[in-house]
Amino acid sequence: MDILKFLTAGSVDDGKSTLIGRLLYDSDSILLDQLEALQSSNRKNDDGTIDLAILTDGLKAEREQGITIDVAYKYFQTDKRKFIIADTPGHIQYTRNMVTGASNANLAIILVDARKGVIEQTIRHSFLVSLLGIQQVVLAINKMDMVDYSEDVYNKIVADYKVLAGKVDLKNVHYLPVSALKGDNIVNNSTNMPWYPGESLLHFLETVELNIDNSTEHARFPVQWVVRPQTDELHDYRGYAGRVSSGSFKVNDKVTVLPSGFTSTISKIEVFDKEPAEATAGMSITMHLADEIDISRGDLLVNSSYQPQVSQLIEADLCWMDTRALDTTHTYFIQHNSKVTRCKIQETLYKVNINTLEKEQSEDFKLNDIGRIIIKTADPLAFDAYQENKANGGAIIIDSRTNVTVGAVMLRSVAD
Amino acid sequence: MTNHNQLDYLDELEAEAIHILREVAGQFERPALLFSGGKDSITLVRLAEKAFRPGKFPFPLVHIDTGHNFIETIQYRDDMVARLGEKLIVGLVQDSIDQGKVVEQKGKNASRNPLQTVTLLDTIADNKFDACIGGARRDEEKARAKERIFSVRDEFGQWDPKRQRPELWNIYNGKIHKGENVRVFPISNWTELDVWNYIRRENIALPSIYFAHERDTIVRNGQLMAANEVLNMDADDVIERRTVRFRTVGDMTCTAAVASEAFLIDDIIDEISNSKISERGARMDDKVSEAAMEDRKKGGYF
Repeated sequence: MDILKFLTAGSVDDGKSTLIGRLLYDSDSILLDQLEALQSSNRKNDDGTIDLAILTDGLKAEREQGITIDVAYKYFQTDKRKFIIADTPGHIQYTRNMVTGASNANLAIILVDARKGVIEQTIRHSFLVSLLGIQQVVLAINKMDMVDYSEDVYNKIVADYKVLAGKVDLKNVHYLPVSALKGDNIVNNSTNMPWYPGESLLHFLETVELNIDNSTEHARFPVQWVVRPQTDELHDYRGYAGRVSSGSFKVNDKVTVLPSGFTSTISKIEVFDKEPAEATAGMSITMHLADEIDISRGDLLVNSSYQPQVSQLIEADLCWMDTRALDTTHTYFIQHNSKVTRCKIQETLYKVNINTLEKEQSEDFKLNDIGRIIIKTADPLAFDAYQENKANGGAIIIDSRTNVTVGAVMLRSVAD
Repeated sequence: MTNHNQLDYLDELEAEAIHILREVAGQFERPALLFSGGKDSITLVRLAEKAFRPGKFPFPLVHIDTGHNFIETIQYRDDMVARLGEKLIVGLVQDSIDQGKVVEQKGKNASRNPLQTVTLLDTIADNKFDACIGGARRDEEKARAKERIFSVRDEFGQWDPKRQRPELWNIYNGKIHKGENVRVFPISNWTELDVWNYIRRENIALPSIYFAHERDTIVRNGQLMAANEVLNMDADDVIERRTVRFRTVGDMTCTAAVASEAFLIDDIIDEISNSKISERGARMDDKVSEAAMEDRKKGGYF
């Protein structure tokens, strides 16, 4: 059994929380005391059935306002898979929350209301999903019950969305007509839409294949911690502890330490009391090298035959996440895996109007603004283009005055 | 599995937790691991062994002892510390009471559970801890479902849900001002069942009260409580011997038992897989109000 992490994008009006509630409810993932709390709550649908959206509402303020203002994580599992849902708000003022939820997702469910079709927020959500490099997308066309389960309505929305998917470069889109409120095509195949031959949402989520990058080309290992017991019996023990961020390392592979450029050979891979011959993406290991070289936290080990880009001047996409606007004269921190160094946003190239996808000239990056920048770092970063290797292409900007995370950065290439 | 290279879900959860523990070690000067004696913090200790052996832990274990713990928990704690050879710091709620910093609750449902927040904050201040690792999970409760893995607290230990930092990819921002500290939750993404399956897989020993045993109990507020000297019992309380087990190991005044015949870990996993009462449902302190957990987190509780 493996884990699928997915994001749900849509607004309250699209029935997003109801969709998640329905998945949990129909897959029998709600426990009795939660159900009791649901039933004793005074929020009901118009027809008197329980409001499933309550299952995903977290904070008091949200319950009062009836909106989701943060990222809430929900967990359920079936016989086939374990699921982690990042439930994020859909309004434009919560773009940063969606970016946060999307950063860890393998798949996104984008909701549209069948009565409204592809609208401004659908463009925004699709752009963000693409920007954050999510490979798999489900377009859930919801509220089919409100359009008499019409195949024509469905076909029109699919055709419209294909144009959008082409524009924002989303390749794997799965189209699904559903009614979260009535349960059509969520867990069970709908009998109301015999014209739709496909599988239910849950069945799709259970069987969709995940892209795990275990290629040698992308062997990347950020060092987090050096294990040095310095005891009598382990006097010379020196292990580099970290998590393989992407790709695969084998014993005897030649590796390069970045940014220093020193090379060595892997002599041993340890996972606690085991010594596997290979370590693949996602494994937390301790690596041993044949030579004694100076390696510390923040260094990146890579397969010597396939090196990433190393630079202090990098073109990147930026999502600004703070209420205080970007200041191009201020020195920030940038954190890329275990590496932290100072940086400046040297140049803003353009901003994207994420509702229309038009580029605008602007130096002014405010909360939720997204665009292209050139960043200058105090120490060089060893990185891959985010769209090719997410695990080694994402970074965060930290404001040195407040210590708050103020920006998400998708690194692209060495700037001229 | 369709993709043979995909890690098994327990391996993935384990690797994620180890990564988080190593981030704590790398980013903080004076971290600590909050150890309650419960299965979640016992799991954390196992994960710390996997993250740092053959080296020493880069942090001590910290136990906030209400003085009303199950004797089995304390025995387990002391045996474990002896086996690990790691440092244990105990913060006593009794000390906070003796110093007049907190006042014991009165009445039938009196519990020292709320008092431990003060002892915890004092222990953090006395030892200048800048990060405290805890075993909370997002599936426990809906306020926790929104908490970050690195959760920044102000000098009053408060959690402000509106001021949470965005947390992207697996990059954790541990930068703080003096006086602030970070609560770190490496098993945020685990469910109760995941923890049990991991304990079984790793063959981890647990305090005996997790398993079915006979015990004197009373029924209070619809829940089974262990009958003992720290509960304020009166003539209305009827003591009855029942076969029970505990799903969480907290303070004796607020940790309810469930009737159970689960004597072995396989029985427990079967029981949970079929269970219809979620874990925190057996903790009376959450029942006070719908928003109880959120309020306590804001006040500096774990």
